[in-house]
Amino acid sequence: MTITVPRPKLNWRERLYLPAIASGLAITLKHFKNMLFGRTKVTMQYPEQKWDSHLPDYYRGAPALVRDSGGRVRCVACQLCEFICPPRAIKIIPGEIPPSDRFAKVEKFPQEFDIDMIRCIYCGMCEEVCPEQAIFLRKDYAITGFTRADMVHHKEKLLEIGGVMHGVVLKWNEKK
Amino acid sequence: MPNEPAVPLLNVQIDGVWHQFPKGTRVIEACEQVGIFVPRYCYHKKLSSPGNCRMCLIEMGFPRLGPDRKPELGADGKPIINWMPRPQICCAQDVAEGMAVRTDSPLVKECQRGVLEFLLINHPLDCPICDQAGECPLQEFSVDYGNSQSRFLENKVKKPKAVQLGPRVTLDDERCILCSRCIRFCQEIAHDDVLGFVDRGSHTVLTAHPGRSLDNNYSLNTVDICPVGALTSTDFRFKMRVWFLKETKSICTSCATGCNTVIGTREDVIYRQTPRENDHVNSSWMCDFGRLNYKYLEAPDRLLEPQIRSEGRLVPADWPTAIGQAALQLKQFAGSEIAIVASGRMTNEELWLTTQLANSLGVKRIDIVPRRGKADHILLSKDRNPNTNGARLILGSSSAPGAKLLSIASAVRSGAIKALVILKENAMHLGLSVEELGQMPALIVMNTLPNEATQNATVVLPACGFAEKRGSMVNGKGRLQRLNRAVRPPGNARDDWEILRDLLQATGGGNSLHSIEEVFRRISETVPQFGGLSLSKIGDAGVHILQIEELPPTQPQDQKAIEEAIEIQTRRRAVHEQVHEARARVGASSIEREAAPPR
Repeated sequence: MTITVPRPKLNWRERLYLPAIASGLAITLKHFKNMLFGRTKVTMQYPEQKWDSHLPDYYRGAPALVRDSGGRVRCVACQLCEFICPPRAIKIIPGEIPPSDRFAKVEKFPQEFDIDMIRCIYCGMCEEVCPEQAIFLRKDYAITGFTRADMVHHKEKLLEIGGVMHGVVLKWNEKK
Repeated sequence: MPNEPAVPLLNVQIDGVWHQFPKGTRVIEACEQVGIFVPRYCYHKKLSSPGNCRMCLIEMGFPRLGPDRKPELGADGKPIINWMPRPQICCAQDVAEGMAVRTDSPLVKECQRGVLEFLLINHPLDCPICDQAGECPLQEFSVDYGNSQSRFLENKVKKPKAVQLGPRVTLDDERCILCSRCIRFCQEIAHDDVLGFVDRGSHTVLTAHPGRSLDNNYSLNTVDICPVGALTSTDFRFKMRVWFLKETKSICTSCATGCNTVIGTREDVIYRQTPRENDHVNSSWMCDFGRLNYKYLEAPDRLLEPQIRSEGRLVPADWPTAIGQAALQLKQFAGSEIAIVASGRMTNEELWLTTQLANSLGVKRIDIVPRRGKADHILLSKDRNPNTNGARLILGSSSAPGAKLLSIASAVRSGAIKALVILKENAMHLGLSVEELGQMPALIVMNTLPNEATQNATVVLPACGFAEKRGSMVNGKGRLQRLNRAVRPPGNARDDWEILRDLLQATGGGNSLHSIEEVFRRISETVPQFGGLSLSKIGDAGVHILQIEELPPTQPQDQKAIEEAIEIQTRRRAVHEQVHEARARVGASSIEREAAPPR
């Protein structure tokens, strides 16, 4: 189907173009003036300088595992993130928590939890799908390594990035 | 619909439509037959109906009778229904003439919502770690019939978790919804009445009889029929979430019954085997022994590379070299100096190629190793070879399969046999010593796992296990069934039929066969019982091709020879068992030991 887009009717002032050019030049001159007085930074000297403090709350950086305030790794190896992950970056080997353990009631934990950061597309689906609020996208974005193996984040690395997450997941406390 | 003329048909109205069902049909089955699914937990069509879960409540009514005791007809000429004021369960009720059923009325929906709310009151929110999640009717029906929110504010009742109900079954009492399917299975199918409920009300728990445990050979079927995650397989527990599993329809090859199975795999790893319904073979069940008998495929000492003997020891070789070497060794000898020991664990296709190899080399001495165990008169057969009948049909021997084995052994011992081809079997079952086998000029071994005789082989050909190949087998009752490939073979191991085909070609016999379908077609052309069939025509449920009753009885001398061969195996296994026992981890059950590699 053809859609006819009506051309805007321009009045004589707009057809002249000169006022628009003048206002554009005014903006340029304003920046030029700010430059002269050192009020505008054009280039940030990364990595010496970083913009990290300005990252918004919704920024999606590297996924990471978190512990709860009691020190327990929140992940119970349900493997939903492994299932949902579009580039199949996550690999989990579940294990059973021994009955003598402090958190034996939780029964299941991730023996191994690998995220291949070459594959990860930072989509955040793992965070969204997690029923245990155990995986979060943190603000780390500079993920580097010299080999492919370097780029795989193992459980320890993920927990290191993740840190402790306070908040309520009451599913495994004594009440339930 | 099973419709035998002797059974009268009854008129039943289901959701306003009149249907006819044979007398004796359960109402729940009648609904299912016309495509209306009624949710249920305790009801299982292969078990009795106690009607204790109350999930299948429906509205039921009967025709209003006039003063003449005849149904009063409405304006549409159909009987007017008097509906019962209260809902009824439909799992324990047979259809009756004129019965009317409503499965989707507001009352029924309210009942289903109410029952689910009660079931979920004490059910823990374990779904993220529960093995049943993904195939759990409680999850499914909660979505289909239940509420999205819980109104329950009190504390849930606590019950024991991770109870070892038996060596292979773990129970989580909190998840149990008290449907009693497992109890009835043990009573009615396994004939081992060890389970029961104790305590009352919300505190009722499932438990084994004091001093007993759920250790019968059918215990894992309770895990299959458990509608929730209360009974879980200790073997499968926490290993893999079910939605990852690729399900391949196949058959169990641990005995001649040939139970139909589904093999659950992910990325070339087998995680579980579960029974598949086939009322001609195994109903809905399978034994634990067969179910767990897949781990040898992942044994650390699995044969992965073709090997040839060079300067007194085995060295890895590539496939053309190994096949060429085997053919070269065989061609040195006359047909009368060669014997082939095949296996009742081979498929029909492999056995047929074996006969072609024998024909091409002029070999007359060819037989399989008989294998016996104790029959349990439920599913487990006395014959532990899955394809004895296939061997009977395809090898076309005048004697019973396995009867010539010991004559081959004595011919080896006397030196009449100089080349021995062992296919998917342990040469030690011949009753020969390792030294006697070591003196053979040619000992060609095709197998998945090594054994004492493998080290003396002149050529070792690594082959596939039952889950790694396609093919067909004839079970103990004469039913032709299909194996399907669930995983790829590890390392350089190859499909058995391809190895045999290449060996056949290298020894100069036969033309090229490019697919297993072609091999089956050749069988159907040569063996009358297979006539007109193809691999795809066998289907998932199998085809009955052999009347066992019409087979000639086993000759007494054959019987004696087979028993002697079995006796040798039994003695050897006893020695093996002692060695294995010493290595076995503490608490390993007898079934796990029995399920140990078939070496």
